[in-house]
Amino acid sequence: MRGITIGQYYQADSPLHLLDPRVKLLCTLAYIIILFFADNPYAYGLATIFAFAMVMISTVPVRMILRGMRAVLFLALITVLFNLFLTPGDVLVEFWIFTITRQGAQTAAMMALRLFLLVLASSVMTLTTTPNKLTDALERGMRPLKIFRVPVHEIAMMMSIALRFIPILSEETEKIMNAQMARGAAFDEGNVLKRAKSLIPLLVPLFVSSFRRAGDLALAMEARCYHGGKGRTRLHPLRYATRDVIAYLVFAAFLAGMIVVIRLF
Amino acid sequence: MKLILDHVTHIYDPHTPHARTALRDVSLQIGEGSFIGLIGHTGSGKSTLIQHLNGLLKPTEGSVYADGKDIADAEYNRRALRGRVGLVFQYPEHQLFEADVFKDVCFGPKNLGLTQKETELRAYEALQQVGLEPEVYDQSPFDLSGGQKRRVAIAGVLAMRPEVLILDEPTAGLDPGGSREILSLIASLQKERGMTVILVSHSMEDVAAYADRIIVMNGGGVTMDGTPAEVFAQADALKEIGLSVPAATEVCRRLYAAGIPVRPDVTTAEEACEEICGCFLR
Ligand SMILES: Nc1ncnc2c1ncn2[C@@H]1O[C@H](COP(=O)(O)OP(=O)(O)OP(=O)(O)O)[C@@H](O)[C@H]1O
Ligand SMILES: [Mg+2]
Repeated sequence: MRGITIGQYYQADSPLHLLDPRVKLLCTLAYIIILFFADNPYAYGLATIFAFAMVMISTVPVRMILRGMRAVLFLALITVLFNLFLTPGDVLVEFWIFTITRQGAQTAAMMALRLFLLVLASSVMTLTTTPNKLTDALERGMRPLKIFRVPVHEIAMMMSIALRFIPILSEETEKIMNAQMARGAAFDEGNVLKRAKSLIPLLVPLFVSSFRRAGDLALAMEARCYHGGKGRTRLHPLRYATRDVIAYLVFAAFLAGMIVVIRLF
Repeated sequence: MKLILDHVTHIYDPHTPHARTALRDVSLQIGEGSFIGLIGHTGSGKSTLIQHLNGLLKPTEGSVYADGKDIADAEYNRRALRGRVGLVFQYPEHQLFEADVFKDVCFGPKNLGLTQKETELRAYEALQQVGLEPEVYDQSPFDLSGGQKRRVAIAGVLAMRPEVLILDEPTAGLDPGGSREILSLIASLQKERGMTVILVSHSMEDVAAYADRIIVMNGGGVTMDGTPAEVFAQADALKEIGLSVPAATEVCRRLYAAGIPVRPDVTTAEEACEEICGCFLR
């Protein structure tokens, strides 16, 4: 449990890991958007090749990436089934009350691939970027919203604190569970009502300690003169390096390729 | 109740990049009625070891036997075992949850499936044993002082009437008076009830004063196991693994080294006092 990380960062130093988080965030976003415009097999082919190339470069084991895929398997299945059986068009196969059309098969395949690539792209991003870096990138990206008085810095700070607290609280949960189990508590017995009730001895100490921790943290931050985002500088400012420029160029080339392929066919 | 650890190894998060071997090939026998002190450097595996004794953790390799039965067996009743091997964790905050102290202490016996009457009887008895005044019985456990919380936590386990009582650093964060009270309470319970007590502690003085057997852990393994006199005679080996000997032992060792005829293997202040006074009288 100790090694728990939210998202699913995979420690390595591939070129993708080293990239500025803004590059990854922006490119992933653009990749997902362009996927929705892709409407022919060639465009999907190109997008798939690009995604697989990124997976190779990331050096993340395929097993880890597939683990993220499991979550959307069910959704993909439903999408495929609906598209497969409910799209009107030239009939390919017909049995009992089911008909499969050529258009149906095509849309189903594309939908499945789109979903697959979507999750793949975001997995590669979260696997190669720590949640904290991602928050930094988000803070930087949302900066224009400050004009509309959106408390960008505060939102980002809340996100990073929340992220930091997840492993702490999960460790705490484990300890409390052990302490209660040592007194004969069982968390996996009985019907739904009984199980919900058995959570009380776990939740009460957890809440008490969360509030205490939150108070302590607020005090510690104040003691170190934290006063919000105004005039605050960063320990690790985000700076673009040459490799980030190269990455943008490579991605721009891919994007151009996609647009050409979508237009042409 | 007799507990046996047979070549127990425990690895946290096995098969992941965070895998960590916390226990390495530990074999121990814990008989009836003894007072065992478990000492070791931070991270040496003490807390991991004691959680194997009531089945909260399962050995990655090896087995734990309670009265001759393997507690990892699917049909073994680990919940009943936890009533017989009571474990008090370091932080009482991790277990207090009820609206008042009395109800909180009832939690353990209630989980054992006892009747309401028997549960309350045991809770009452346990609260008396740990020396809490009746005024606090209906207070919220969150309003108590650190020492009182610790007592409630101990009572919560005592109320199950365990045959083996394991305490993980029960005196951490208490003032000297409070910690002495808790320890002498445990010692007297052990004598009265014939319980086995396992005390995890960072204080050499405390284990020397109360334990009749000391187990020393280092890097996940047991490196010494013997009476306080036997263990503290190996002062240099203890220092090597980041531990020390009680101040009384250290004093007598140095006097002995300086040529003064005192026994160097005393472990408590009383013994040292006798030795040194005796030396003057001789
Ligand atoms: N839940 C856990 N998940 C992963 N690793 C753990 C966990 N609990 C303990 N460890 C690791 O196992 C090793 C032994 O820890 P353990 O808590 O048993 O030591 P300890 O002797 O009780 O130390 P202390 O005196 O600080 O309480 C340590 O290296 C620790 O980091
Ligand atoms: Mg410990």
